Amino acid sequence: MTASAGAWSAAALVVQRDLRLAFRRPGEWLQPVAFFLIVTLLFPLALDPEPARLRILAPAALWVAALLASVLAVEFLFREDGRDGTLEQYALSGQSFAWLLLAKTLTHWLLTGLPLVVAAPLAAMALGAPAASIPGVLAALLLGSLSLSLLGAVGAGLTLGVRRGGALLSLIVLPLAIPTLVFGARATDLAIRGEPMDGSLYLLAALAVLALTLAPLAAAAAVRISLE
Amino acid sequence: MNWVWFHRFGSPPYFYSVAGRIVPWLAWPAASLIVAGLYGGLVLAPPDYQQSDAARIMYVHVPAAYVGLMAYIVMAMAAAIGLVWRLKVSHAVAAACAPIGASFTAVCLVTGMLWGQPMWGTWWAWDPRLVSMLVLLFFFLGYLGLRGAIDDTARADRASAVLAVVGVVNVPIVHYSVIWWNSLHQGPSLLRKGGPAMPASMWVPLVLVIFGFTFYFYAVTLMRARAEVMRRERGGQWVRDVLKATGDKP
Repeated sequence: MTASAGAWSAAALVVQRDLRLAFRRPGEWLQPVAFFLIVTLLFPLALDPEPARLRILAPAALWVAALLASVLAVEFLFREDGRDGTLEQYALSGQSFAWLLLAKTLTHWLLTGLPLVVAAPLAAMALGAPAASIPGVLAALLLGSLSLSLLGAVGAGLTLGVRRGGALLSLIVLPLAIPTLVFGARATDLAIRGEPMDGSLYLLAALAVLALTLAPLAAAAAVRISLE
Repeated sequence: MNWVWFHRFGSPPYFYSVAGRIVPWLAWPAASLIVAGLYGGLVLAPPDYQQSDAARIMYVHVPAAYVGLMAYIVMAMAAAIGLVWRLKVSHAVAAACAPIGASFTAVCLVTGMLWGQPMWGTWWAWDPRLVSMLVLLFFFLGYLGLRGAIDDTARADRASAVLAVVGVVNVPIVHYSVIWWNSLHQGPSLLRKGGPAMPASMWVPLVLVIFGFTFYFYAVTLMRARAEVMRRERGGQWVRDVLKATGDKP
C-alpha cells in the first residue's frame, strides 16, 4: 500500500485483508453471536417464561446482550494488528490513519455487529416479540450496533497494549454507549408494542452518524498514542 | 497577542512556585465562604415550608453537584490543552483534578440519596439528573482506571486526555438521552428565568457555599498538581533546590 494509492482502494485493501483473516478463523466472529444468543437465553431462565412478562423484558434483554457482545468483540479489534505491527504500517502508509481505522472498524462491524442483527429475529421471537415487530427490531439494532462498534473502536484504541484491558474497556465504553442503549431499547419497545418508532430511529441514526464522523478521529488519536 | 505568559506555565518550576503562591489566596476565601455559607444555610436560613430542616442538605448537595460537573470540564480542558500544546504541566493539572471531581460527584450522589430517602421515600430513583451524575462518576472512574493502567506517564497522559475529550462530547448527549424518563427531581431553582425560586436568606448561603466549594476545588487541584509536577520531575535539579530550601531530604 503506497501513498499514491487512492483512499478508496486503500480502504478496500484493509477490508479485504481483514475479511480474509476473519474467514480463516471463524471462531472469533462466531463467538459474539453465540454470546448474544446465550445472554438472551439467560433472561427467561432467570425470570419466568410467561410470554406477557417476557415481551416487556425483550427490549432490555436484546439491547443489554447486544451491548455486552459488542464490547466483548471489540476487545480483539486492534489487538493482533497492534501486536504484529500492522497498525504501525497503516500509520506510516501516508494514508489518513482515521480513514483506514474506519475501514477496519466497519469490517469489524460486518463480522460482529451484522451477525447480531441477523441473529436478533431468533432471539426476539424467543422472547415473545410479535412477527410484525421484527423489521423495526432489526432497523434499531442495525443502527445501534454500528454506533456500538464505532464507540468500541475508541475504547479499544485507548486500551490497546494495556494490562487487564478487558474490564477497563467495559468501564470506558459502556458509559459512552448509554445514549445508544436508551434510544435503541426505546425503539425496540415501541416496535414490539406496534407503535410508531420513527422518532427513536431518527435519534439512533443521528447517533450513528455522529459516531461515524467523530469516533474514527478519536480512535486514530488513541491508537497513535498506544503505538508510541 | 503575546503568549509568553501562557508558555511560561509549561515550565514545571515556574508553575510550582506560582501555584504555591496562589494556593493561600484560594484556600482562605474557600474556608471563609464555606463557613459563612454553611452558617447561613444551616442556622440562619428559615426551614423549607414543605421539607422543613431536611432541605438544608441542599447547602452541600447542590454545590457538590456543581463542582463535580465543573471538575470534569476543567479536567477535559486541561487535558485538551496538554494534548494540543503538549504541556506536561497541563496533564499534571488534569491528573490532579480527576480524584477531586470524582469525590465531589460521589458526595453529590450520597447527599442526594440521604435527601431522597425522607423526601421521595426512596434512596435512589431512576431519574435523569441522578443517572447523569452517576454516569459522570463512571466517566471519572474510567479516566482514573485508564490512567492507572498505563505505566508510562506520557502515554497515560495522552491516552486519558483523549478519553476526557471524548467524554466531554458525550456528557451532554448522555444527559439529554436520559431526560427521556420523567423527572422526579425538582427543576433548577437557582439559575432560572424570573430569579431564584427561594428567598434571599436561602439562596445567598447557597451561592456562598458554591463559591466556597469552587475555591476549595481550585486550591486542592493546585496543591495536588504541585505535588504531581514534583513527583514527575523528581530527578530534576530544581526539585532538589526546592527541597534544599525547605530543609526536606530529597
